[in-house]
Amino acid sequence: MSDTPEILLPEDKPLEIAGRVYQSRLLVGTGKYRDLMEAGHAIESSGAEIVTVAVRRTNLGQNPDEPNLLDVISPESYTILPNTAGCYTAKDAVRTCKLARELLDGHDLVKLEVLGEEKTLYPNMTETLVAAEELIKDGFKVMVYCSDDPLLAKRLEEMGCVAIMPLGAPIGSGLGIQNRYNIRLIVENSSVPVLVDAGVGTASDATIAMELGCDGVLMNTAIAQAKDPIRMANAMRLAIESGREAYLAGRMPKKLYASASSPIDGTFF
Amino acid sequence: MQVEVNGDAMELPAGATIGSLIDQMALAGKRLAVEVNEDIVPRSQHQSFALSDGDRVEVVHAIGGG
Repeated sequence: MSDTPEILLPEDKPLEIAGRVYQSRLLVGTGKYRDLMEAGHAIESSGAEIVTVAVRRTNLGQNPDEPNLLDVISPESYTILPNTAGCYTAKDAVRTCKLARELLDGHDLVKLEVLGEEKTLYPNMTETLVAAEELIKDGFKVMVYCSDDPLLAKRLEEMGCVAIMPLGAPIGSGLGIQNRYNIRLIVENSSVPVLVDAGVGTASDATIAMELGCDGVLMNTAIAQAKDPIRMANAMRLAIESGREAYLAGRMPKKLYASASSPIDGTFF
Repeated sequence: MQVEVNGDAMELPAGATIGSLIDQMALAGKRLAVEVNEDIVPRSQHQSFALSDGDRVEVVHAIGGG
């Protein structure tokens, strides 16, 4: 038996969004799963505390016994983050948020996304700015999906958005963080949490986002469309933790040439 | 009177309220939100809110999404 005492690392400051503290820095979506049960298990495995949902028309007269998403992912167990996915105008996004607030009994944390075009689902930033302003005026706490432009990110923060969420790559593309430099600049300039939203494909992508200093990562497809979503959810949980630890630890400087790890002194040959 | 519910035309008896519409659609007790002519109607007003001919009603709920 070893008597080595357990090494205690200084504790990290937990993620805080709009005055509420979260232990997990992984936020997950609920779309594209085979069924609700798989979604529920994957989300549990991810350890996420904030879970996104979409707001859509109720199917009229079709299978009234169909389980409701919020019965599986309950607002008592998770912070539900309604999104404005599918909105191409500020007006539609604001309408969606108001319906979501009513749906969730006054819960006012929302993920604003206003899309520009179908092929890339790239954010329409002019409409996003208009919607953000209106929502904030109406009392919403806005987590905003945005382009990775550091100036626009700062502008959204100054307007009062509670989290800035630049894309790493197009939604659902799984291409990973395409512009690390911009993400780093946004993180450096921001005094509200910065989360990479969209573009993560696998665990290493999530780790890179965290190593860049992001406060968290929001993902959906990378987990839901993995061969084994429940296992990938666990991988993502570990990846986020690893990336965060590496960021806090501070990486070694990169060098152009080798630097021997074993001393030259004392060689006997 | 005729109203539009989630994009489909629907014939309702005079005096219909959002509450009676929700009952008719077998959605009573479900977690949903209702908008009439693009204005939210709070849950507390569903029973008393009388619909008028030509109203556009949206009934929404939460589904999976990112």
